[in-house]
Amino acid sequence: MQRPEAFAILRGLMKRQKVLVLYLADSALDSNVIAWAQYDGTAKSEHMAGDAEEPPYASGLAALRDGWRLLQIAPLQAHAPGSEFTTSYLKYECLFEQWVDVDG
Amino acid sequence: MADRVLLSSAQMASFVARGFLRFDAAVPEDINQQFLDEVGRAPQRGESVRKAYAKLLSASGIPAVPAGTPLAQAYPKQSAITRMLELPVVQGAIESLVGPNPTFDHHFLHVTFPPEFYEARGLPNVSQHTHQDSTIDPRRAFDVQIMYYPHDVTREMGGTRFVPGTHLRLVSEAAVARYQNIRGQQHVVCPAGTLLFLHHGIWHGGGVNRSDRLRYMFKIRINPTVRQQRLWDTSDLLNDHHRQRPIFLIKEAPDPNSVHTILTTPEPWFEADTGRLEYLNRVRMWRYLLGDDRFDADYWLTRIENEPTASTHA
Repeated sequence: MQRPEAFAILRGLMKRQKVLVLYLADSALDSNVIAWAQYDGTAKSEHMAGDAEEPPYASGLAALRDGWRLLQIAPLQAHAPGSEFTTSYLKYECLFEQWVDVDG
Repeated sequence: MADRVLLSSAQMASFVARGFLRFDAAVPEDINQQFLDEVGRAPQRGESVRKAYAKLLSASGIPAVPAGTPLAQAYPKQSAITRMLELPVVQGAIESLVGPNPTFDHHFLHVTFPPEFYEARGLPNVSQHTHQDSTIDPRRAFDVQIMYYPHDVTREMGGTRFVPGTHLRLVSEAAVARYQNIRGQQHVVCPAGTLLFLHHGIWHGGGVNRSDRLRYMFKIRINPTVRQQRLWDTSDLLNDHHRQRPIFLIKEAPDPNSVHTILTTPEPWFEADTGRLEYLNRVRMWRYLLGDDRFDADYWLTRIENEPTASTHA
């Protein structure tokens, strides 16, 4: 293995993932955030249920513009016959990540 | 014993729409104090939370009661819980929501410990995940959970967190734990003696206690034994209760106390499309409680139920 490649692997090991989950008011990424969750792999911040009244971003687009990378967005699914009016889980879930350098 | 105070139609409609009713300082201080005395000694600093909890529950004067016991037989006659349940406002709310002679399902003394109980053991002190109690429950009938706060609860003490309007969603208990924060969530910061009456389906969780005091909350779940139909004080239901009103293009602000308005008021977390399904499901629940499928609010069900059969052909 060449030295630059080894350094790249080491740098990768010095990174941690931050995860942001936003629930939007509809399927458009620029619609309003109605619920959210955050998990910080760097352990520099702690998040838990009920810890904020306002979301970190007003919309999914605002998170993109702040450097979050969209990993997954909820697909649109047909309504099962007989369950058209049943409400259950929040529909418009968007999963974002950031990779953050951590101190050696 | 004073006469029970039944709920009004507006209160019932609010329960249907939002899944809760709150009565601040409804329980007098002497009952609150008696309840705390019956709970028994506070756990000692340095004990593990698990051991402290086990000791508290086994030593407390709150009885273990078999599920399915008539509520009227669940507690000793002069106990604080019986005295609380016999308050006119409590009797009236219970009878309005689940009817006379409800069944005791279960109860639990929730204790939220201050940080030092966790710090001493190196454990994280965190809030409880958001969840819906029991399991997937597609019934139209509903149970009620009474949450009793026997002492003042400050924001620092955490308080119960709940999300108004989530009670009609069919989810599976802790499957909603990923929803850390939801717009419109409420934290129960309240004076001593406050009661919450919750629909069994409402999403909730215990808040983290960052104060130096233990936080107590006593919960009782009760089941109806009769069909939940017109059990509240219906004398305020207007004769034109079924009449539709203008929608979308309106000339004056809706009456906030009208059942129609209450059933079609959104919560801050409503999605654009499923928020409308919430209205439909509220109207269906109100029809169930009225025992009258002709009722509608703002035409939400009438429109999609309209399938004319009359033919223009001979």
